[in-house]
Amino acid sequence: MSDVPYTTVIGLEVHVQLATQSKLFCRCSTQFGAEPNTQTCPVCIGMPGSLPVMNRRAFELSLKTAVALNCNIPEFTKWDRKQYYYPDLPKGYQISQFDLPMSADGYLEISDPKDKFEPKRIGIIRAHLEEDAGKSVHDEAHGKADSEIDLNRTGTPLLEIVSQPDMRSSAEARAFLDELKLLLTYIAVSDCNMQEGSLRVDANVNLHLEKDGKKIATPIVEIKNMNSFRAVERALEYEAPRQYREWQETGRQLGEAPKQTRGWDDVAGVTRGQRSKEESSDYRYFPDPDLAPVITSAAEVEAVRESLGELPDDLRTRLTEGYNLSPYDADVLVNQGRAVIDYYLAVAGESGDPKLACNWVTQQVLRELKEREQAIDAFGISATKLAGLITAVNDGLLPSTRAPEAFQLMLAQGCDITAALAELKIERVDESALVELVKELLAANPKTVADIQGGKLQAAASLIGQAKKKNPNVDPNRVRELAIELATAGN
Amino acid sequence: MSIVDRPASELRKSLASGELTSVELTQACLDRIVAHDQSIGAFLRVDGERALEQAKSVDKRRAAGEKLGPLAGIPVAVKDVLCDSQAITTCASRMLAEFRPPYDSTVVARLKQADAVLLGRTNMDEFAMGGSTENSAFQPTRNPWDTTRTPGGSSGGSAAAVAARFAPLAIGTDTGGSIRQPAGLCGIVGMKPTYGRVSRYGLVAFASSLDQVGPFATTTEDAALLLEAVAGHDPRDSTSINRPTPAYTESINKPLAGLKLGIVPEHFGAGLDPEVSTAVKSAIEVYKSLGAEVKEVALPHGKYGVAAYYVIAPSEASSNLARYDGVHYGFRADQSSALADLAAERQAFVAAGNAAAADNVDSPLVRMYRSTREAGFGPEVKRRIMLGAYALSAGYYDAYYLKALKVRRLIRRDFDEAFKQVDLIVGPVTAGPAFKLGEMVDDPLAMYLVDLYTVSANLAGIPAISLPCGMTKAGLPIGLQLQGPPLEEDRLLRGARMFEAATDWHTKQPTLAGAK
Ligand SMILES: [Zn+2]
Repeated sequence: MSDVPYTTVIGLEVHVQLATQSKLFCRCSTQFGAEPNTQTCPVCIGMPGSLPVMNRRAFELSLKTAVALNCNIPEFTKWDRKQYYYPDLPKGYQISQFDLPMSADGYLEISDPKDKFEPKRIGIIRAHLEEDAGKSVHDEAHGKADSEIDLNRTGTPLLEIVSQPDMRSSAEARAFLDELKLLLTYIAVSDCNMQEGSLRVDANVNLHLEKDGKKIATPIVEIKNMNSFRAVERALEYEAPRQYREWQETGRQLGEAPKQTRGWDDVAGVTRGQRSKEESSDYRYFPDPDLAPVITSAAEVEAVRESLGELPDDLRTRLTEGYNLSPYDADVLVNQGRAVIDYYLAVAGESGDPKLACNWVTQQVLRELKEREQAIDAFGISATKLAGLITAVNDGLLPSTRAPEAFQLMLAQGCDITAALAELKIERVDESALVELVKELLAANPKTVADIQGGKLQAAASLIGQAKKKNPNVDPNRVRELAIELATAGN
Repeated sequence: MSIVDRPASELRKSLASGELTSVELTQACLDRIVAHDQSIGAFLRVDGERALEQAKSVDKRRAAGEKLGPLAGIPVAVKDVLCDSQAITTCASRMLAEFRPPYDSTVVARLKQADAVLLGRTNMDEFAMGGSTENSAFQPTRNPWDTTRTPGGSSGGSAAAVAARFAPLAIGTDTGGSIRQPAGLCGIVGMKPTYGRVSRYGLVAFASSLDQVGPFATTTEDAALLLEAVAGHDPRDSTSINRPTPAYTESINKPLAGLKLGIVPEHFGAGLDPEVSTAVKSAIEVYKSLGAEVKEVALPHGKYGVAAYYVIAPSEASSNLARYDGVHYGFRADQSSALADLAAERQAFVAAGNAAAADNVDSPLVRMYRSTREAGFGPEVKRRIMLGAYALSAGYYDAYYLKALKVRRLIRRDFDEAFKQVDLIVGPVTAGPAFKLGEMVDDPLAMYLVDLYTVSANLAGIPAISLPCGMTKAGLPIGLQLQGPPLEEDRLLRGARMFEAATDWHTKQPTLAGAK
């Protein structure tokens, strides 16, 4: 069969664990890493007679997220039971939201500063709250194939964010996830720690092909069990050609086969089909009679909107338009998170040189942080001190060639720029003294003078080293300029 | 007259004056249980030792002049469906035969707080599903008026315990009539409060949107006393109503002036036993003689009540009972035989050359669920789980569950309209007196119709009370039902008390075999 061009169509379902102290329907702690089954109570383990009571904080955090994702917030939302049997689901149902979720119809803008794709808006179908299930631990090490269940996670609040199938490549999917994670951390609704399961992603993928002038869609495949953004990218890159091959073999189109679930094997780098018996088609959803619906007024939504603060996209605009940074630089800064942005804004403000401040933060500061595996809050040079360094450069007190030296000293000793200048004996070189120095050097280097006079201006560079040896504070550019000026003056 | 024949309101006075101790009273109840419960079967377990401990402690605190709760020293029997951290809570099911809850239900906690003496746990239909207390996995309960007959259900144990004067007060639950119907059939007072008036926390759920805890007593004043002790807002129950509980016992003896009573003509149609009809009609005459105005009201959707109920209640039950799967607590079927069966089934398919079918045999986990639920639940519970799972399944949800919810709204609207015209609605509780044990066991549909007059109050969430209003020639009690608007328990109790004060049906007691 000849090649048929295809488009990969991707929709993502992201489960975000909300940063609450306690569970969605009881007061148990949500702290990660406790001894199994120590953070449970009759409510979260579904003991007979126990009843759920909604955690207001979890609802507020999801409201914040939904508003930040530009969603509509309906006045009325209710809770439904999603029913299935599984040992880590103690009640035999999960409390979730089915037909009336707490938010719908939002979007998230994504762009790629490296221009792999055009900026675009990814639709958000809905974001709804639900409780997490427990965790089955299959212990086969002792040859018994025993299964143990840890219910600490049961009842942890999850916000499920479901995107429209608006993404067309793994790069777009990655950008969506990065931007979403950035947004969630900016508004502090989740720590987004994937290792601890605070953020989990499922992807729905199929292909759109055009054959003989007709548009064809292949059956949708849901990929589960991806535990990093890199794994999502890899799984998508693997899955598209696999689906293409499958379509070539079977010719099956959307509607001709049920939605298939596949798991991602990160080590083997392949997706694998899961038994169709493991899928459940009828969850017998119905409204949970134990929980009252939640009513949210327009005024509450407005208050949340006002409390959100500056979101990543607003910040990018502020940095490019207000601070004259390139879109690339703005993106680098914003992607570092709120704390780095606050640091940068302070340096830019106090030094009055946003561009130079950006260079220092994105190059020196971020490099140091990465090497030291440090957060900005713990960084040895405060924003004020870094602003002092930049001002010293701009005032000519600190030659830019020696600035890295001063920076390192400040970092090592925690001192400010004045102390660093003193310690490094950096002082401004008087213009007349510099003229004297260059004259001296020219007199001692007749060959260089001849070269310059002969038009080989680059020969002047050879004097810079000698000048610096005599006085480390000289400005190399000025030495070169003066050498050329004075050598050619006599001609 | 023995101590146990006296209503709780009188016992309170005697205890307060020191004329009687709680230990004496509790011992008298225990003695009567020992003497007669063999033939009644009201209790699943009697906590004699603990009850006497509690009684002793109350007597001691009273002697020391401590301030005591409103039920201080009064024995109360509790339906075996409310969690008590100090007692096994079985719901009369094999599934929970040895289940010891790690916490107290709010109602039990409030009884303890009121210094009541918790006498024991009463029998019921398994998970409160049934109308005769014959669906208990452990024993049937018999009607104290005639031990060949049922006490009604599902709170038949609590109703029989009060009717037999084993306890002056008892707690029951009412999902479709499970307090009012057995109260009517046992000749005592039983009340279903407004949905949300009493906390459901720790009440093992049957149908969450319908279940409500309520009192059994021999008089309306006692019912008021018990309701007052257990009602009130509970932050642990989201459906609990956040409104203060009025002091029912203070207003109960104030008759309702200018009372307007509604009667529903359909309640007196075909199917109503003539003796019941006569008794209810003469009760209405009593009200008229007390100055009440009686007028007809329409509840046009009432005829769909039982149908809607038997969609909604099983739907919720199928979900509420999913947790009994043998994984975390309660009964688990023997796994060695289940696993052997599984292997044999797979083997048989392989031997027959059908490997694909062998692949479709349950996983061990699914087989564990199946065998546990198969052996742990009785037939009525299974029937309702099946009904509910069916009604909620994707293809039938709209046709059954959603439609039932619509009917439910219409029934509530009917009541709202009716209560614009009248203060209370009066009518029969049941179509006939207590029926024979086993009479309807093979006819579940006939059994479902015993809730005919009571289910609407649950669907609408309104309060309703049943009180004695007559006797059949054969000597079986007949009940009268009063229904009121939401949160008007006070009006309902005062209305019931007006009738009680003018008649003496509530003073009639069954003669127990071998009674002194
Ligand atoms: Zn908990």
